[in-house]
Amino acid sequence: MTLDDSLKRAMAARLLEMADDELILAHRDSEWTGHAPILEEDIAFANIAQDEMGHALIWYDIRRSLTGEDTDRLVFFREPSEFRNAQMVELPKGDWAFSMVRQWMFDTWETIHLEALEQSRFTPVAEAARKIRKEETYHLRHTRAWTRRLGLGTEESNGRMQAALDLLWPYRGQLFSFPADYLLLVDQSLMPDLGRLAALWDQRVQGELANANLRMPDPATLSGARGQHSEHFPALIDELQQVARLEAEARW
Amino acid sequence: MSRLSEISVWQALEEIKDPEIPVLSIVELGVVRSVRIDGDQAFIDITPTFSACPAYQVMVSSVEAKLRDLGARHVDVRTVLSPPWTTDWLSDEAREKLRRFGLAVPLRHQGKLEEAIESGAAACPYCGSSNTRQTNTFGCTPCRAIAYCSDCRQPFEQLKPV
Repeated sequence: MTLDDSLKRAMAARLLEMADDELILAHRDSEWTGHAPILEEDIAFANIAQDEMGHALIWYDIRRSLTGEDTDRLVFFREPSEFRNAQMVELPKGDWAFSMVRQWMFDTWETIHLEALEQSRFTPVAEAARKIRKEETYHLRHTRAWTRRLGLGTEESNGRMQAALDLLWPYRGQLFSFPADYLLLVDQSLMPDLGRLAALWDQRVQGELANANLRMPDPATLSGARGQHSEHFPALIDELQQVARLEAEARW
Repeated sequence: MSRLSEISVWQALEEIKDPEIPVLSIVELGVVRSVRIDGDQAFIDITPTFSACPAYQVMVSSVEAKLRDLGARHVDVRTVLSPPWTTDWLSDEAREKLRRFGLAVPLRHQGKLEEAIESGAAACPYCGSSNTRQTNTFGCTPCRAIAYCSDCRQPFEQLKPV
């Protein structure tokens, strides 16, 4: 279906959140390249980072079809305050347990989200979701297996996983947050009801925590909407953008 | 004078190889989805194997260049994501070429992706044995995984089922 101007604006705002989540997580994941604890995981995390970058590009491209904005400019020339990612994905990579728990929480979310996006009446989104979900199948299998392995492993691995989970848990709420005019899209079946999906996420995550011998953390959640960032974010953006900004008019 | 025709374009696209799998053309790989010619204008739909395939932009530029060589005045290469690329599309002939190249191809899964991944590694491209195991579902490119043949004791690469 074609979108009128208000739906276009709402869709573009939401696509930016989705793309920014993928981009920033990809950047953090890529920091493991050359540093993962074992070679296989180095390869796996580099792949996951690359896939997430690909998914970011797909969402930015659909946004571009609505707004005409150049994707490179969006990625390399926005100020940190203009990024709409959830804070969870921008936190420093931490230890291996932290990156694994984060990636597993995100993969569980992305899978649920994509399943719902496949039903969107906005064809580009539904088609993209079907493509991306195949790739995500590999991510979730991988991070779920590692979450169990480390959760059920030694006292140290379990302790590190629990600590990572406790630290990340308050950040989960922002993953399910959305822009002001998002409900217009829900009314038109263009985007899913994120409240319903969040409940599904809770259910799946809780089941999996039990399988991994991990405790549900305290239910407190971080207040604050998307667009607010941690103190770690400006440095991340600086690193992400510094080459492009050296020669802003370069063609590459 | 332009001699563009759909047949000549398909033939020309057969000459473009996947930069990372040089034994297959992009047509054999299944990424060229449609070709439409209108006078001296060419409209090509192509699809990436994986969203972040680094070879994809090279393929797009190669298609544009090839079409211009053929005399197209206007070339429109459009990325389509639906239906999503699947390893099922690889023909038996393409599978044999890949096997000789040392890259195993999973059996066709008809959309049952979880089952296909669960069933483990493909047959060994060197000795044909099915006594193989997956050592990593991720590999040197987004589309590949790493496996090991317990009979001929060779590590090998395979395409991930998608």
